Parts: sequence; structure tokens; C-alpha cells
Amino acid sequence: MMALEQVLATVGRVNRHDLTLWIERRWVRPHHEAGGYVFTELDVARITLICDMRHDMAIDDEAMPVVLGLLDQVYGMRTRLRHLADAVAAQPEEVRLAVAAELKRQIRRDDEDRL
Amino acid sequence: MTDPYEILGLSKSASDEDIRKAYRKLAKKYHPDLNPGKADAEARFKDISASYALLSDPEKRARFDRGEIDASGAETPRNFYRGFADAGGAGRYGAEEHFVDNEDLESFFSDLFAHRGAGGGAAAGGFRMRGGNVTYAMRIPFLDAVKGARKRLTLPDGRALDVDIPAGINSGQTIRLKGQGSPGLGGGPSGDALIEIEVEPHDLFRRDGNDIRIDLPVTLAEALLGGKVRVPTVDGAVAMTIPKGANSGTVLRLKGKGVPAPKGGARGDQYVTVRPVLPSSPDAEFEEFIRRWYDSHPQDPRSNPGSNTE
Repeated sequence: MMALEQVLATVGRVNRHDLTLWIERRWVRPHHEAGGYVFTELDVARITLICDMRHDMAIDDEAMPVVLGLLDQVYGMRTRLRHLADAVAAQPEEVRLAVAAELKRQIRRDDEDRL
Repeated sequence: MTDPYEILGLSKSASDEDIRKAYRKLAKKYHPDLNPGKADAEARFKDISASYALLSDPEKRARFDRGEIDASGAETPRNFYRGFADAGGAGRYGAEEHFVDNEDLESFFSDLFAHRGAGGGAAAGGFRMRGGNVTYAMRIPFLDAVKGARKRLTLPDGRALDVDIPAGINSGQTIRLKGQGSPGLGGGPSGDALIEIEVEPHDLFRRDGNDIRIDLPVTLAEALLGGKVRVPTVDGAVAMTIPKGANSGTVLRLKGKGVPAPKGGARGDQYVTVRPVLPSSPDAEFEEFIRRWYDSHPQDPRSNPGSNTE
């Protein structure tokens, strides 16, 4: 858990004005407590990523919400896929084998479609 | 770390602008947070960042070019976003109207299953899933298994299923009735009924692969002198010739009288083991004849080495 000042010092590549703007735009969503914003490590990593994209990948403020939106969808999908994989893993072996066989069949079909 | 120029794909004479461009290009491609599924992206990106940190600083670059410093130590430790997001901490950034539809997990998976049966008329957003398979056990008479039959199976729920037993089925094999298992959910197809077959033993016939074996009782006269006898087969009795001097245990073959092969292969045979039996009632004349005959033809069937057991 970090306060805003600490985040600015840790990340280094963002100033108070920009970070406040990002929070207003909800690109970054720290918890808000009586003493001000509280950032988790996840928030700090996200701020660092936004800095990387702004400075190193020339993604400007217009494009940023599009990229972040897609990124959040990718991570959301990954979480759900993991839930699905866990749900399959919790099934009896017969079911797991059937799922694996069907997956193999689907992948093979996709491969054939590509040819 | 190896040569930073090499990592960024540059020559020693690269301009500051070249370095910046090369770094941007590689960062877009290899940033680990933009490649959550690629395990090696993080190590690669760290090399790229460290190379850039060195070469983008004119003073450090000059010292490196003069050989005063090497490329190591330029790396700053860092926790990437993907590590936290994949650990399940990014819920705050996922389920928000601003970026993603406000769908919950359950409806996401409902969609997933609904898509699988596309075209099957599932209700929009409904949960659609194939029903499960249900296994039943069924005992069938030996001859039905050999020759095939149609059997009626009454299910616990009162439904009756007509099961076609294919000729040649054996114990442990399963008959699949498509769509007769548990009903599907949300318009999904039903599962299958799997019927495990157990074949009842027969008094006369024994199964040996696709062959059938029986023991055939014959009289001493038929065994000694040979002759034509009627032999039961799964198709009904047929005539068979016992050769002269057929001893107990002699095996005779009836070609093509075995079990039909399941997929049009050759039908098995029936093997008949000859078992001579004594006359059914004691007879003084026969006993007297045997006694006298063996007195004049003494012999010991146990003297042959094959019967030497202990």
C-alpha cells in the first residue's frame, strides 16, 4: 500500500498532475480513504505500464483508453479461461479426457481451415 | 546481458533517433504486460530495456563504446502488471462499465456454452449443454449374443428402449444408443445411453474368441468304430462324422459354425471335443467281455510319459 507521493517517487516517470488526471479518467483506480488515495502494487504496476506505453510506445491520451480497454479484456478473459480450466480439472478423468479429445479435434479443424 | 547493440538490432554507428526507434518497436512487441501468455517476454523485455537504458544515455554509451563499462547492471528490478493481473487481483479493472461489459462470470460461461451448439436454437444467453451419458447393465442369453437379437430394456424412469444386439457381441462390450441418455440443458442435445452387455453362460456352448467349443458325449461304439452323429450348433443340429478310433479328448472342427465376426470378418468355427461315455446301465455280459478282453490284452494307459504327473 502506498500513498500518492510514494507512487510518484517510485514510478518516476509521472507527475502529480498526470496521475490525478488518470485517476479522474479511471485509467487507474486506487482505493480512496480518509487520508487520500491508497495504491496497491497492482496499481503501481499499472501506472508503470501506462508510462511505458506513453513514453516508449507513443500511445497518446486519445489511444490510451482503447488500449487499456483491450488489455483489461485480455486479462479478464485469461481469468475466466483459468476458471474454466480449473473447472475442467475438477472433473472426473473421463470428462477431462473427453474435453481434451474435443479440444484436440477443434484445434485440428482450425488448422485444417488455415491450410 | 549480451551486446546491447545486438539486442536492439543496431550497429555501433546508430544515431540517438535510431536507438529510440528501435527500442519503441521492440517494446511494443515484447512488453510483458502486452504479452501475458508469453513466458519469455519478460526476460527479453528486460534485456531490451537495459540495452536502451545504456545506449540512450550518451555518457554511458560512450563509456561502453570505449570498453570502460560492460553491459551488466543496467537493469532495474520491476514487478510487471501481468503478474498481479493474472494472480486475480485485477478485478477492479475488469468489471467496470468504462472498459468492459458488466458481465459476470456466470453469464460469460453461459455464452460460451450457448455458442457451442450454434444453430440449435438455444435461448439467448441461456445455458446450453449436452446431457450426460447414462450407463445401464444388461444380461442377455448366450444364443442372443451369438446370433444377434432385439431386446427391450425398461429404464428406471419407466421408458422402454429397444436395443439391437449385434450378432457376435461379447461380455464387457457396450452398445451406445445415441440421444437416449440424460436430456440436455437449454436445448442442448441429449447424452447417450451406454448399455454394458453381460452374456449368460450356456449349458452346452462355451465361447472361445469367435470359436465355440462343446463337449460331445458319444457311445463307446461310436468312438471305437466311428459313425455319423448329430451335433448341436448355434444354428441347430448338424451331421458330423466321428472318425474311427476317436479317443476321449479328440477335437473335431465344424468350419464356419462359430460366432459371426462383428464387422463382416470370417465367422469362427465350432470345436467338438469327443467324450465317450459308458453304457447307461450296468450290463453283466458287457462287463464279462471287457474283463476277458483286457486279460488277454494287458495294457497300462498311465505308462506313457505324458501322463506322468508327479
